[in-house]
Amino acid sequence: MSKTLKAADAVARIPDGAVLMIGGFMGVGTPHRLIDELVRQRKQGLTVIANDTARPGVGIGKLITARLVRKVIASHIGTNPETQAQMIAGDIEVELVPQGTLAERVRAGGFGLGAVVTPTGVGTVVAEGKRTIEIDGRVFLLELPLRADYALVNARQADHIGNLAYALTARNFNPLIAMAADVVLAEPQEIVPVGVIPPDAVMTPSVVVTHIIARESAHG
Amino acid sequence: MDDKLLIASRVAQELRPGTLVNLGIGLPTLVASLVPRDAQIFFQSENGIIGMQSVPEHGLEDDDLTDAGGRPISALPGAATFDSAMSFGLIRGGHLDVTVLGGLQVDRNGRLANWMVPGKMVPGMGGAMDLVTGARRVIVAMTHTAKGEHKIVDSCTLPLTSTRCVDLVVTELAVLQPTPEGMLLKELAPGVSIEQVQTATGTPLIVPPHVPTMSVA
Repeated sequence: MSKTLKAADAVARIPDGAVLMIGGFMGVGTPHRLIDELVRQRKQGLTVIANDTARPGVGIGKLITARLVRKVIASHIGTNPETQAQMIAGDIEVELVPQGTLAERVRAGGFGLGAVVTPTGVGTVVAEGKRTIEIDGRVFLLELPLRADYALVNARQADHIGNLAYALTARNFNPLIAMAADVVLAEPQEIVPVGVIPPDAVMTPSVVVTHIIARESAHG
Repeated sequence: MDDKLLIASRVAQELRPGTLVNLGIGLPTLVASLVPRDAQIFFQSENGIIGMQSVPEHGLEDDDLTDAGGRPISALPGAATFDSAMSFGLIRGGHLDVTVLGGLQVDRNGRLANWMVPGKMVPGMGGAMDLVTGARRVIVAMTHTAKGEHKIVDSCTLPLTSTRCVDLVVTELAVLQPTPEGMLLKELAPGVSIEQVQTATGTPLIVPPHVPTMSVA
């Protein structure tokens, strides 16, 4: 059975209020067609888990500008004044997480681990309300896993069964979120026959990919 | 010499061949352009690359090859790219030799605050908390004061980035080494007196008998 879906049909299945993990770092490695569909279909009250909210009008910034986001879990919002303005106005709840901790919390969510135990954030405001653990005389912070209803993944290539390979710095959070959501939507830049991506070059195995977002035909 | 260029030039002298270095956004980024091309220093960008190099020629940019600010970069032969978990495994796991970061405040022992001003600026910590916690050596590159206010202080009033103390502070006036006893004056910028540095510093300096002058190219 084909896993392929049009972007519009895939996004139509996402309910208002869904928790989304979205790949990308300042819009690089973000699935732009899925973002555009979320805006076009005006999906409301979203929770977005991602590294950042990019800039106004770029990547995840489009969701912020369209006021579709209720909560953001990210490491950085400084490049998007609209996120900060909506946070100050009380329209968006923002949870700031150190970038390495965010990566590991997503990884833990996808890899079946019960927690992340990290030195990052100990003794800072990040540690407020969290448990600490002492191991061999060193204090660590216990951080909880993150999961999402949907992962919106950008890849350089997908083959026909959904094996994925990523490009350069567009990889970032994509392979991590592909493991940590109930439904994984992969938006590749290119779709190739099975076998074109050699097994050693597959970075996300097809079994975790729910749907491949179809290319828009150049021939109508 | 321009203050920022002076700071970046002095920081560049701290970087050793064959090491892995992460530069923060802003002033620290200047350091990369002041290191000799054959210095064999590997620059990491935390969005997932070791071996980043300066901006490519216009027209040769790759949308999927960028620095942590989303700007186009190029990659050296021997570069490696990876996901965010690997990137921060390198940072947190003790594989990163040096990080150079900006600062809002540094206390007398070297505790750094550089990620938020409550009620005014809440950009988020990005990778700063992991970098300060995990890098083998942390260098703060910053202007000595901000609009006349002390940035090197007895105790930080802004939220800390980490409880780990930084190793070196380089400003346009001086090179300082935080110690458990307080802030040690290591070098003076050309034409700057010990009194000038003390006036611009919010904590008593430890002044050795001889304080050399910063050598800047």
